[in-house]
Amino acid sequence: MEQAPLDPERQLQPAPLEPLGSPDAGLGAAVGKEAEGAGEESSGVDTMTHNNFWLKKIEISVSEAEKRTGRNAMNMQETYTAYLIETRSVEHTDGQSVLTDSLWRRYSEFELLRSYLLVYYPHIVVPPLPEKWAEFVWHKLSADNMDPDFVERRRIGLENFLLRIASHPILCRDKIFYLFLTQEGNWKETVNETGFQLKADSRLKALNATFRVKNPDKRFTDLKHYSDELQSVISHLLRVRARVADRLYGVYKVHGNYGRVFSEWSAIEKEMGDGLQSAGHHMDVYASSIDDILEDEEHYADQLKEYLFYAEALRAVCRKHELMQYDLEMAAQDLASKKQQCEELVTGTVRTFSLKGMTTKLFGQETPEQREARIKVLEEQINEGEQQLKSKNLEGREFVKNAWADIERFKEQKNRDLKEALISYAVMQISMCKKGIQVWTNAKECFSKM
Amino acid sequence: SAVLQAEVLDLDEDEDDLEVFSKDASLMDMNSFSPMMPTSPLSMINQIKFEDESDLKDLFITVDEPESHVTTIETFITYRIITKTSRGEFDSSEFEVRRRYQDFLWLKGKLEEAHPTLIIPPLPEKFIVKGMVERFNDDFIETRRKALHKFLNRIADHPTLTFNEDFKFLTAQAWELSSHKKQGPGLLSRMGQTVRAVASSMRGVKNRPEEFMEMNNFIELFSQKINLIDKISQRIYKEEREYFDEMKEYGPIHILWSASEEDLVDTLKDVASCIDRCCKATEKRMSGLSEALLPVVHEYVLYSEMLMGVMKRRDQIQAELDSKVEALTYKKADTDLLPEEIGKLEDKVECANNALKADWERWKQNMQNDIKLAFTDMAEENIHYYEQCLATWESFLTSQTNLHLEEASEDKP
Repeated sequence: MEQAPLDPERQLQPAPLEPLGSPDAGLGAAVGKEAEGAGEESSGVDTMTHNNFWLKKIEISVSEAEKRTGRNAMNMQETYTAYLIETRSVEHTDGQSVLTDSLWRRYSEFELLRSYLLVYYPHIVVPPLPEKWAEFVWHKLSADNMDPDFVERRRIGLENFLLRIASHPILCRDKIFYLFLTQEGNWKETVNETGFQLKADSRLKALNATFRVKNPDKRFTDLKHYSDELQSVISHLLRVRARVADRLYGVYKVHGNYGRVFSEWSAIEKEMGDGLQSAGHHMDVYASSIDDILEDEEHYADQLKEYLFYAEALRAVCRKHELMQYDLEMAAQDLASKKQQCEELVTGTVRTFSLKGMTTKLFGQETPEQREARIKVLEEQINEGEQQLKSKNLEGREFVKNAWADIERFKEQKNRDLKEALISYAVMQISMCKKGIQVWTNAKECFSKM
Repeated sequence: SAVLQAEVLDLDEDEDDLEVFSKDASLMDMNSFSPMMPTSPLSMINQIKFEDESDLKDLFITVDEPESHVTTIETFITYRIITKTSRGEFDSSEFEVRRRYQDFLWLKGKLEEAHPTLIIPPLPEKFIVKGMVERFNDDFIETRRKALHKFLNRIADHPTLTFNEDFKFLTAQAWELSSHKKQGPGLLSRMGQTVRAVASSMRGVKNRPEEFMEMNNFIELFSQKINLIDKISQRIYKEEREYFDEMKEYGPIHILWSASEEDLVDTLKDVASCIDRCCKATEKRMSGLSEALLPVVHEYVLYSEMLMGVMKRRDQIQAELDSKVEALTYKKADTDLLPEEIGKLEDKVECANNALKADWERWKQNMQNDIKLAFTDMAEENIHYYEQCLATWESFLTSQTNLHLEEASEDKP
């Protein structure tokens, strides 16, 4: 898999950095490769370990969440949750890990990091953040951001986000990412100083390009359709799953009522009493077992949600391509029209309407000197234009190549992850069935002893 | 009463049979037509399933084939009743008649009249207000048919009731039945006594013997609990139905998804088929619940109402006696005839009490067996459901693991 050209400003300097572990083959080699230049190819098998060097050397975890109050930009009091990010370097000799960095970040800082990455790595499918607001909630699940279960799932989601970046061959080397993990204070200012907001493409420009681009690469058009479908089908799946969960909750919980009534009934029964009482207990066990079952399923839903959000990341890459392509098309168009103007001036024929031509007709011919001057200007512009077009073309092709490489990587990751998620869903169902068999077998025994 | 005691004891020694009440039946109020009938000892033994006791049973009844009849005045449903019997007192060994719900009501009324302190099996309700759009929808008719079948079989299995003359219900042709019905005090005339009966039953409550106080307590609590269980069970059915409805939509989404994922087609399709199979299993569980548990629980809800009626009637009978005794004590009315009347009433009370006590034991035993069976069946349905789902998902997992191993071995150099 090819590596994209590494922007030295964005990437970590090739100096062995202590916090990252011993400056040996792993890090040193990678950094060394960087120094050797872009476009270095790594073999398939090595790629995995090579790209995961960060993971091998570093362990990242979002280990805690804490409620905090503070003052926001408008000096109003607000409550928010802060997450503790711990980075450990792993000694490769004995596998022991040493805590090297630990700092607190809030969700908005994660958002800032991602916005930055989107601007500087437009050809990369940037991992998505866990949802800001709880969606696809089934009725017992809270939609409240402060709910401990939501916070817990978000903590896991944020950790996953960081691990995704850390295991990405290009993103993991980003300086700002490194600072995110290591520099608590002042990080926001550092990010803003990069001026990334200014470099961001305007929404309007992007929308315009999407509608007007004439020859986008077909693969990107297809990819856009795919991401729309992915988003639509996963949303649908999550919605129905939530409803199914709701109903399942109802079935289990109603059985709990048996527990109470059986217990009361057993008080008046001589022979049936014991059987009723113990059967009732099993009904209670059955009813309460659903809470853990659905909690596990929520994690499955989160895995699907990640890919729901990845659809947007894919679209972002497509949009960038459309923008670049449109830009290229506009530049080519502009160049073509200038060349034509020049030709007309040189040959003296006016094939197209021009204001200059009109005024000339009305107010008299321009002098040969004037014409010469204009031709000269145009010729300069044409030259410039040709250079620009050439470099835009090159940029465009590079972008397509690199983006497509990352998209292939993404596809493989997605297939692996989704398959794993579906298998884990089956495992969950199996566990639920086993619990069910156990409880009802116990209950049956109690009933038969009545 | 000393005479009565002796008779009871004598009969006791002769029988291998466990139940006592059969002997008492011979002393009870009789039906509108025939003289005392000897009771059969055979039907006493605890019956767990009606259909199984073929060596003991000599009367088999089925209720089926509901049919709609339209007249100018009304529309009604009749049910076919087939009776097969080896009993001598029946003219033939097979009968087929058609009866409507009104006829069943009549029969029940007659049985209650003839045996005021026996526990008569309950009839399904006249109509269910909640959730009914049309009186004659198929589910309603089927549920009613099953309950009517149960009703007749319970009577057939009851040691006393099975020999009640009004069980002619089973065999008489339509015109015979109408004329038979017209004779004897009808249900309506009994209703006329209600106001006096209520007033006098209050007195009966005051002097209720200890064992009947206990019985009454049980009945009240039982009624509460069984009603709750009925509600809970209906609610479970409803929740399972709604779960099933949602699950039906769940599987197909995975198929839809597989259309855009080349590499995950098989996995997604397999997941979809697993979900569909679990869906079918849940449907089966639901129908098991509605066959095994719901009708039984509901029947006992109706039984609990019956029991309260039986208690009341017992109290009324006692009240009659008590008021006469009171009259005698305080010399209220003409006291000449009183002692004789009181003697008769004392007998009546004793019969009534003994009949109830005996039938109570039988009823309790049946109730225990029925409830036990119904809940055991429900547990079995659930076990079966989970076992099916487990097998489905386990085979999915196996196929995925096998695939994975295949792929892994292919990758190896």
